[in-house]
Amino acid sequence: MKFIAEIDVMPLKEILDPQGKAVTGSMKNLGLSEIHNVRIGKHITLEIDAETEAAAKEKVDLACQKLLANLIMEQYHFTLHQA
Amino acid sequence: MEHLELTTVETAKDLGLLPEEFEKIKEILGRTPNFNELSIFAVMWSEHCSYKNSIVWLKTLPKEGARMLAKAGEENAGLVDIGDGLACCFKIESHNHPSALEPYQGAATGVGGINRDIFTMGARPVAQLNSLRFGDINLDRTKWLVKGVVKGIGDYGNAFGIPTVGGEVFFDESFNVNPLVNAMSAGIVKVGETVSATSYGVGNPVYIVGSATGKDGIHGAAFASKDITEDSVNDLPSVQVGDPFQEKLLLEATLEVIQSGAVVGMQDMGAAGIICSNSEMSAKGEHGMRIDLDKVPTRQENMKPWEILLSESQERMLIVVEKGKEAIVEAIFDKWDLNCAIIGEVTDTKRLHYYMHGTLVADVPAEDLVLGGGAPVYHREYREPAYMAEHNAFKIEDIKQPENLKEVADHLISHPNIASKRWVYNQYDSMVGTLNMTTNRPSDAGVVDVRGTDKALALTVDCNSRYVYANPEEGCAIAVAEAARNIVCAGGEPVAITNCLNFGNPYIPEVYWQFVSAIKGMSKACTKFETPVTGGNVSFYNQSSDEGPVFPTPTIGMLGVLDNKKTLTTIDFKNAGDAIYLIGESQNDIAASQYLASYHKVDKYPAPYFNLDKEYDMHQAIKGLIKEELVASVHDVADGGLFIALFESAMHNGLGFEIESDDTIRKDAFLFGEAQGRVVVSVKPEQQEAFVEFMSTNEVEFSLLGTVTESNEMIIDEESFGKVPAVKQVYDNVLHGYLGE
Amino acid sequence: MKFGVVVFPGSNCDQDAINLFGNVLGQKVVPLWHKDHDLQGCDFIVLPGGFSYGDYLRSGAIARFSPIMKEVIDFANKGGYLMGICNGFQVLGEAGLVPGALLHNDNRKFICKNVYLKTQTQNSLITAQVDLDKALKIPIAHGEGKYYADADTLKMVNDNDQVLFRYCDENGNITAESNPNGSLENIAGVCNKNRNVFGMMPHPERASDSILANQDGLALFESILQAVL
Repeated sequence: MKFIAEIDVMPLKEILDPQGKAVTGSMKNLGLSEIHNVRIGKHITLEIDAETEAAAKEKVDLACQKLLANLIMEQYHFTLHQA
Repeated sequence: MEHLELTTVETAKDLGLLPEEFEKIKEILGRTPNFNELSIFAVMWSEHCSYKNSIVWLKTLPKEGARMLAKAGEENAGLVDIGDGLACCFKIESHNHPSALEPYQGAATGVGGINRDIFTMGARPVAQLNSLRFGDINLDRTKWLVKGVVKGIGDYGNAFGIPTVGGEVFFDESFNVNPLVNAMSAGIVKVGETVSATSYGVGNPVYIVGSATGKDGIHGAAFASKDITEDSVNDLPSVQVGDPFQEKLLLEATLEVIQSGAVVGMQDMGAAGIICSNSEMSAKGEHGMRIDLDKVPTRQENMKPWEILLSESQERMLIVVEKGKEAIVEAIFDKWDLNCAIIGEVTDTKRLHYYMHGTLVADVPAEDLVLGGGAPVYHREYREPAYMAEHNAFKIEDIKQPENLKEVADHLISHPNIASKRWVYNQYDSMVGTLNMTTNRPSDAGVVDVRGTDKALALTVDCNSRYVYANPEEGCAIAVAEAARNIVCAGGEPVAITNCLNFGNPYIPEVYWQFVSAIKGMSKACTKFETPVTGGNVSFYNQSSDEGPVFPTPTIGMLGVLDNKKTLTTIDFKNAGDAIYLIGESQNDIAASQYLASYHKVDKYPAPYFNLDKEYDMHQAIKGLIKEELVASVHDVADGGLFIALFESAMHNGLGFEIESDDTIRKDAFLFGEAQGRVVVSVKPEQQEAFVEFMSTNEVEFSLLGTVTESNEMIIDEESFGKVPAVKQVYDNVLHGYLGE
Repeated sequence: MKFGVVVFPGSNCDQDAINLFGNVLGQKVVPLWHKDHDLQGCDFIVLPGGFSYGDYLRSGAIARFSPIMKEVIDFANKGGYLMGICNGFQVLGEAGLVPGALLHNDNRKFICKNVYLKTQTQNSLITAQVDLDKALKIPIAHGEGKYYADADTLKMVNDNDQVLFRYCDENGNITAESNPNGSLENIAGVCNKNRNVFGMMPHPERASDSILANQDGLALFESILQAVL
């Protein structure tokens, strides 16, 4: 079966996110000063062939832990659905 | 503080303190410390802040000099008078352990930290350098570290906007686990406009400015005591994130606030954060502070007092402001969109009182926390390692000279330690600021224009870790000599050094012997070259349990001055027909050379030939030749020996050379030996007579090697060692081969 | 002629540009603070290199909304001369003042080195006096400098003679090897349709002062001064 994973990789909440901080600051230039605490991560989609949803989940976990996220600095979560 | 639980010797040990240190703390306080206080002592008395295991020896280094405006240890960085009412502020610092964990952020925050040391004194940074050591380049871990460290240095330094004008990269298996990342920065300030890391004036407000404080750099291991719940361990970031944008704003705001005249004292927040700045500034100014920790802007919620005190969050400064000038200061930080908060005030108590929501949570005397005050000082045991006997037993006769020396040349050209570091330095902005005079003038040192004067600064970082391993005293003296040689070859006058002392575990007597010996070598050489030590840092524990200590690496960052920037001298051969001379003496020596280590794979050797007095005399001769304009190019003989020096001089203008070797010594030693005290110069035909005449007025040895040729071939004793463009093609792309485009 | 150099938070080549116009070229020059709304009567505005707002999100994306950009955009729309160098070019792209965008370099790395440029037209204020046969040695220093435009835009840029510079080798040949960052058709600099807004990734201000031993970039600035005088 083919599954699609939608993965979000975000900086750990206790870690400084300089990019999010700069974007937060710029919101007031746009007249949107009610927006705060912007944090910026990555959204990744991928397709995966697996027998079961559990097997697909295991593989996506591995991909996230080994490559897609740097667990020292980032956390990830994802949703899976059948293609 | 009766409500706060008192600590025990077990907690003290968990925090890295010795039982006798715990006793001493109780004696100082006249009572048992609470956890906040114990944490304060633990970080302030750590090696990093107190230099307790190294200060005895650091104090033996020469620090005096006519140009010294601030001596080692007095300020955040050394300050040297360069004339014209200007001073240069410079320092080198390590970020080895953070870089081993997360190379990108580790290296980036190292660059941030060293630059803050410079601008916290009021100097505007004008140049950066770095000195890097990695393990075997074939290992995936090494490649990951190199890519991360170089990108980290680049991304931070480039955005901050200060050019990287020099550096070195060296690979050896001893660095497989522990890489070394040493970053240096130099800045310029008007004499009399510097700011001191001090605090005085009862009632003056104490500001924290820049980034908000998070639980960064509070080491989980040291603080994994019963006072930390599971939850709080989980939200301790193991890595600090650098924000070069914030740093750039902090730079501009800081220099502007200094100009406003409202500042009493200022210190950046590096290791041990607020507590370190509070105690060092207060001790120096002989005052105290009352600090309300709940007024510190924080990035994370529910931070404990000790977490706020110890946090090493980046891009922050502590400023003591003259009372009544708060509005001036606040307007400047508002202009630059930076946090700026009053967290307390100066008191006359000489003690640091910390409050949280109105409750006293720690009460400690400033003086007893700091180096030179109450911090402990230890004499460590040291012992010459057994391996030294094996090193000293080395004899060149035991190494068979290879039949084919062209093959050796090819081996060296394609060795990552010798080949072009283009892969690395093209990722660094070397030109921002439009002051780097060596972008288009290849030179042995980075030369930076001092705008508005006739002067230029010459900067270099040097240390051959293999030489120091071979013989720490000689090897470290060589590091100083090579740095001075690079400055001299670039047309400058060596002025002062900063050092970054990277060693293994100081509690191992053999490791400590390397440290002590290196200090002795540095003292000897710095005295001879009249280059006082202005400061630096010590990084111990560069050691893994499996692989032992790294090669001892006392990196020397040297500052030189060109009184007239027109004396800038380049390494490249200019015209066919120019004569090539060797200044200094060829030696029958291959000890500790790259050739011996990687071609013959020999790992026991003494340091290469080195004679400090002759080296010094040779420098004087080079200075004279440059002053009299008798040389067209000047390049020192360093790693890879004479052959590599000749190739590097030939490669810039597509020229070649034809030389003859010296039949009184082995040809492999002549071409690839790394005996010190040698420089290759080229001389125009019409100046040869004057050149020879000049050299006959001194005792320095010199010999005619051959000539620069129009054909781009390298010919030695009538044998071709290849065409320069083809060899350069290889030389330029070696690191790309290992690391990718 | 009065030059104005916009200072965004994170600009770091602003002083280099000010030094060039003031000290090297002897012209009137003022910094223009990004929070202001006054162009101080400048005749020629420069958006300098650097990392405005840390180059976070996308290079130039945040700076484009800085307060002063309203006046800068009005100025350009009325025909005022505006030049973006490196990060300044990225800001111009984000603001839609020049065609195209700047993407990550093909090798995904920051690249700082001397490259060569072939001037493509003398039909612009900054290239009017530049020798079309000469390969100019001018440094680049960027991580996001790959010029990109969709096919229609690219055709328009070419048809309207809006390409100012292309990367070339030291002999002036426009080759794939001499393209440092993967820019489409080796494009290093362009102007807008009205030919009053100029953007380029290379840094001519880093190749204009004799102290740097390379003055190939001076030709651009001399073009400006000669056209006006």
